[in-house]
Formats: sequence, C-alpha cells, structure tokens
Amino acid sequence: MLGAERAFCCAGCEAVARTIVGAGFEKYYEARSSEGVRPDVLPPVAVYDDPAAQREFVAAPREHLREATLILDRIRCAACLWLNERVLRQVPGVLRADVNFTTQRAQIAWDPGVTKLSRIVEAIRAVGYDAYPFDPRRGEQLSRHERRRALWRLFIAGFGAMQVMMYAWPAYVDAGAGTLSAHAEALMRWASFIITTPVVLFACAPFFRGAWQDAKRRRISLDTPIALGIAAGFAASAWATLAGSGEVYFDSIAMLAFLLLGARTAELFARQKAGRELDRLARWKPAFALRLSGGGSERIPAHMLTAGDRLLVGAGERVPADGIVEEGDSSADESLLTGESRAVAKPAGAALVGGSINLEQPLTMRVTRAGADTQAAAIGRLVERAAASRPLLVERADRLAQHLTTVVIATAALAWAVSGNVWIAVAVLVATCPCALALASPIVLTRAGAQLLARGAALTRARALEALERASDVVLDKTGTLTLGKPVIARVVFLGSENEARCRALAAALEACSSHPLARAFRRVGHGPTVQGLRNFAGHGVEARADGRLVRIGSRRFCEQIAGAAPTDREAQVFLAEEGRWLAAFYVEDALRPEAPEVVRALAARGLRVHLVSGDAPAIVGALAARLSIEHWSGGATPQAKFDYVARLQAEGRVVAMVGDGLNDAPVLARADASVAMGAGADVAQLQADVVLTGNRLGALEDVLALSRGAMRLVRQNLGWALAYNAVALPAAAFGFIGPWEAAIGMSASSFIVVLNALRPLTKEARWKASTSSSPSPSPSYS
Amino acid sequence: MESLYLLIPLSVALVFLIGWVFWRALEGGQFDDLERPSHDVLMDDDKP
Repeated sequence: MLGAERAFCCAGCEAVARTIVGAGFEKYYEARSSEGVRPDVLPPVAVYDDPAAQREFVAAPREHLREATLILDRIRCAACLWLNERVLRQVPGVLRADVNFTTQRAQIAWDPGVTKLSRIVEAIRAVGYDAYPFDPRRGEQLSRHERRRALWRLFIAGFGAMQVMMYAWPAYVDAGAGTLSAHAEALMRWASFIITTPVVLFACAPFFRGAWQDAKRRRISLDTPIALGIAAGFAASAWATLAGSGEVYFDSIAMLAFLLLGARTAELFARQKAGRELDRLARWKPAFALRLSGGGSERIPAHMLTAGDRLLVGAGERVPADGIVEEGDSSADESLLTGESRAVAKPAGAALVGGSINLEQPLTMRVTRAGADTQAAAIGRLVERAAASRPLLVERADRLAQHLTTVVIATAALAWAVSGNVWIAVAVLVATCPCALALASPIVLTRAGAQLLARGAALTRARALEALERASDVVLDKTGTLTLGKPVIARVVFLGSENEARCRALAAALEACSSHPLARAFRRVGHGPTVQGLRNFAGHGVEARADGRLVRIGSRRFCEQIAGAAPTDREAQVFLAEEGRWLAAFYVEDALRPEAPEVVRALAARGLRVHLVSGDAPAIVGALAARLSIEHWSGGATPQAKFDYVARLQAEGRVVAMVGDGLNDAPVLARADASVAMGAGADVAQLQADVVLTGNRLGALEDVLALSRGAMRLVRQNLGWALAYNAVALPAAAFGFIGPWEAAIGMSASSFIVVLNALRPLTKEARWKASTSSSPSPSPSYS
Repeated sequence: MESLYLLIPLSVALVFLIGWVFWRALEGGQFDDLERPSHDVLMDDDKP
C-alpha cells in the first residue's frame, strides 16, 4: 500500500485496508491526517429499518425515494469525510449522497425497493466509521437559513460601505477647496443615500429589533446605542441630502454597520459550531426501544417511552431509559456515563442507567424515568448551558458595557439638549460605542477554542481559560490520565508444570470472549487451542473445557473452587487453573503514557506544582510519583479524599487545575478551579470538565495552558484598550471636540485595533513547534 | 468632471447587480460548506 509493505495490528484491520485499497480508495491513506481508532461494540443496525421508528427521521417524498440525514461519527479529518461519501455512493440503491464537510453530516437518498437504511449504515461501519440518524427537528434547516441570512447582511453592509466610502472620498479630499462642483457633490450624496438605505433598513435590522425588544421591556442593551446612533446619523444625513445642505455621514454609518455585523456573524458561526458538537451527544440517547405490552412487543422510538413501561433490552443493546431490572441477570457497561470501564452486575432489582449497554443476557426492565427526566438528558442540558458561559472577566466587561451604554445615552441626550446640535449627540453615540468592550473578547475566545480543538482539546466552558491561566497547582489522576487506561500483562508466574506457551494460549482462548476490561490484556497473547463450552461468570471469570478438562480463568476465589488451596502469589489479579491444579498467575498493569514524564517535567518548568492523587494502592502511586519525580502525592484516595485534597489546596490560596477521567473524578473535577478530562474517558467526565483532551493525548495539556495564558493576555489588552479609548472619547465627543466623522473613524479604528489584536498569535510560535514535536510517535497502523 | 454624471449612476446600478449575483450564489448553497472545495482539489477522483 502506498508503495510500501505495511504491518497491521490484526487480520481484521488488514481486511479493512484491503477493502479500501481494493475499491480504489488508496488516496484515503495519503490524505488522512490522523491514525485510526479501535472500534467498540456497536449497537445493531436493524432497528433503523423499523417503519415506526423511521417516521422520526426519514422523509418519503415519493414511493421509491427515501431521504435522511446521518451524523457521521469517528471522523478525524477531511479524508474520512471523502471516504464516507465515496462509500455511500457505491452502495447499490443509494440515489444521492452528499457529505457536508463543515457540519460533518451526510444527506442521503435511497430507493427502499433496492436497499435498506441498515445496509447503508453497515457500509459505513464496514470501513471503520459509524453513522446514526439525525433528528431533523434539531433545526438544521433553521441554522442554515440563519447562516445565509447573516452572510447576506454582512455582504450588503460590507459592499455598501466600500462603495459609499468611494463616494465620500472626493468630498473629504476636496474639503471646501471648490474643485468639486455642487452638482457632482449632490449626485454623490444621493448615490450614497441610495446605497446606505438598504444597509440601514435591512442589514442593520437585527440591531433595531434587539433595541426595540429591550425598549419594550424597559431595558437597555448594547443594541440600544448602536440602533440610536445609526438611526440618528442616518436620519440627519438623509435630511441633509433631501434639503441639500448640511453634513452627511453615510460612509461612517455603513462602515459602522459592517464592523458590527462582522463581529455578530463571527459569533453566530462559533455558536453554531458549538451546537453541532452538542448534536453529537444525541448519539448516546438510544433511538428505539422494544416495549412489552400484553402478550406481544412493539418497537417504538425511545422518546415516546413513559415511566412504568416494560421493555426488553437485548444483549449488546443500549438501555433506552433509566429503570429497574425486572427479570434476567446480566451486566452493563456504564462507561459512557461513568467512565468506569468495569462491567457492573445487573441482577433483578438493580437500577439501570439510560445510555449504558447491556452486555450479556436480555433483560426485562421497568422504566422509572424516560426522555427528558433521565440522567443522561440532565447531563446534556448541563452542557448546553455551559456552552453559553463566558469567563468572569468577560462577564464583568459585559456588565460594564451595559452601564457605559446607559451613561452614553444619557450624555448624548444631555449634549443635544445643551448644545441643540444633533451631530454632537450622534458623535457621542458613535464615538463611545461600547462595542469595543463587547467585541474585545468573543473573537479571542472563539479563536482559543478553535486552536485548542485543532490541538486535540475541546473547551467546554470558557470560564476555565481564566482559571487555567492563574493555575498554580496541577493535580493529576493516575488511571487513564498518566497511564493509558489499557491493561497489559506485566508479569506471569507459572505455578504448575504446564509449559508457558500453553498457559498463555489457554488464557487468551478463555478471555477472547470475555467483556471484562482486564480481559483486553490477554487478547494479543496468541492464538490458542480450541476450547469448548465457554461460560461467562460475570464478576468472577470464564470457564471452559480444553482437552476434556475444566479450565477457569478469573479471580482467585473463582479458581480456588476447582484447583484447591490458593498459591502464594496473592497480589496477582488474574489466575488460571485447571481441575485440581493451578497453572499461572498474571500481574496486570496499566502502562504509563509515553509522553507522561515529559509533560510532568514541562508543567514543573512552567512553575506549576504537580500533584498525583489516585485511588490505587499507595505503594504503586508512590513508585509512579518517584519515577516521574512528582513531590506531592497521595495514594488510596477515595473520591471524598480527592475532593478534600483539592479543597485543602484551595484553602491555602492555590488555584487548582485537576486532570482526570471517569466517575471517581467527577466531584473533584467540579470542585477544582479548572478541570481537564482525557477524551478516552466517559462522556460524562467530558461533560463535567472544562476542557476535554479529545485526542486522548496528555501532551495537549501543555498547549491548553499555553493557549489559555495567551488568550487571557489578549483579552486583557483588548479590554484595557477599549476602556482607555472610551474614557477619552466620551468627554471629547460630549464637549464637541470631535465631529461625527472623526468619531466614526475613532470608533472604527478602535474596533479595528481590538480585532487585529484579537487575531494576533495566541502563543509564541517557537513554543508551538516544541509542543508539536513532543507528540508521541504513532503506534502501529490501525485502519 | 461631466463623466461623473454617467459613472456614478452606473456604479449604483452595478452595486445592485453585484448584490443580486451574490444573493443567487448564497441561495444556491455556494457558501454553505466552505471547507469542502479546498479538499476537493486534493482528492479529485478521475473515476466517475
């Protein structure tokens, strides 16, 4: 492939790569910009074909035509999107498939007589991605309309401003020298008037609407002086044009409108992008449920469930709502919600959490909470609220801008009343436009968010930037943060006379079908002898027959039942035993992230105090701390102890950034001044953290700190400038020292300076390069 | 200077014409996905 021999982690990946190359899509490997990920268990696709369920998200304009929007998942770069589109178009029966690269969504149309939606989704899964139907009620149409409308307004204002500036230029240059004939000047005024009219009436409509709505509620917002200034300036200029005498400032008005709309549009785009990220969370709401009623069962959309319904949840399916197990004995993977990858036993009577995956046997459950009441939905709402938050400093600036607005309007009215000259009022309104204050931060914050995302870190709460900048202490968790969270076999002790190879092979064969997290450590050991009658004992281990003898792997107690008294290696986590004798003891360990030592060193070099707090045994934690030369550490910490640890630091006046993942960290993540979660952890940890390292790369932590410092520095500079400018401009305009056009130039220049400053690099280039080269070298290729 | 009397009305007409062209492009969906075209160049596909 690509002119070289390639090695693969397993036969499956090789087959996928062969499929991709064989179908002529080798270009994908050339164009992709990040490595693949290992797949998890995927829910069955058959439910997508259910007619009742399809009503929710499939449109049927004609008899042989079905249309739907799919959210594509596991997309890492543009090459993935391209590959998905090609694959979709090759499915027989697909009439149309268009992938939007910005929204990462696919619009598909297919002939239901030839293919099925499940087959289309399977085609995407076959090349290593996932797709799930998108509920059109989430307002895709609306956001597209909003986007187009904003661009249209921006274009009118920008293009109008350029044109009007050209008409205004001769008048400025001439400035009473008399080279411009009165007729020509009048003509240019009229031309400016004609072009500025749509700019004011249409492009600026959002300002007028906002100001009007606030006025109705007897409130003043940032829109109020903008609307007043534009309206007063336009009315006075229009009057001067009609009357043929007096000053016109169409150019200032149009330019003002353009600058303000530019900031608005940038904000809208950033908001929509955040909204799309939220839509991805819709995935962990299962789309359908099998409801038992009377003697039969029916498949219904999950949102139609109500408390009290009885449901059948198949093995491997997602639990559609919160509830209680009525019949059956199984285990569930709640890692999506809790971050705990250990399977949780679910006997009859146990509570089930919506969004978790039922692992072993079918269960009958009774729904206690459904739809918007579930835990999962509550978390979703939390994120949505968080997405709208801003750093404290920015919030304070916004409040200040509000007060300033009131002062400006009062000053303008007073100046008009005292001087009797409307242009002084306009000058005050325009010159001191507090929008420099309001403009100063959103651009920086949006850029910081985008750059962080590109570096593999998603900012979920802008407020965290401030805390991260001021952070004096970094508290690191161990499992999944400093370590990979993937168990590997560290040491094997062979207890019997059986040869090593056979022990390893037996272990691999037994664990091959186990869903226990530790079982993953055994997967790569080798291909073993065939075993019969595999039986899974949730929470204990696996049993099977090999060469006619009973073999067990699992906990010590589980093996003791067939092998007799326990061997001496009591510390090992996994044992292998045969009827009547012990075979081996396995020490399973979580490997350290390769970049961890360097990251810890870099944090210390920044002058941060690094702490290691973990729930693991103190001996293990201490050894790790010594290895990473972390001075402050605490082992065997319960969630409460972790919480207290951080609280104690805060009581000493330290600003704490907590890095962790999973359930045990949730309270302490909330307590810390800023929280960072590793992306490999559960969604819930992601939601509760201020920053999520989506690339699951600890090295990104450095970038997060560097960027937050850079971003807050720019925010401060901008706010400082805006305050200083307004402090000078307000009195100057009120006392008539500056006319409206000077005011407009001053205001535009001020906005321009703020915007330009906001667009400066957030960090020093050299540091970027250093951190880029420190990223770990890629492991063997997965497709 | 007399040319101004022709050029200025013309420029106003031109502004509205260009505005209309932009409106068509916008409604035609040309600005809906600004990322894709840059990638299409790299990933052009000779096979239909």
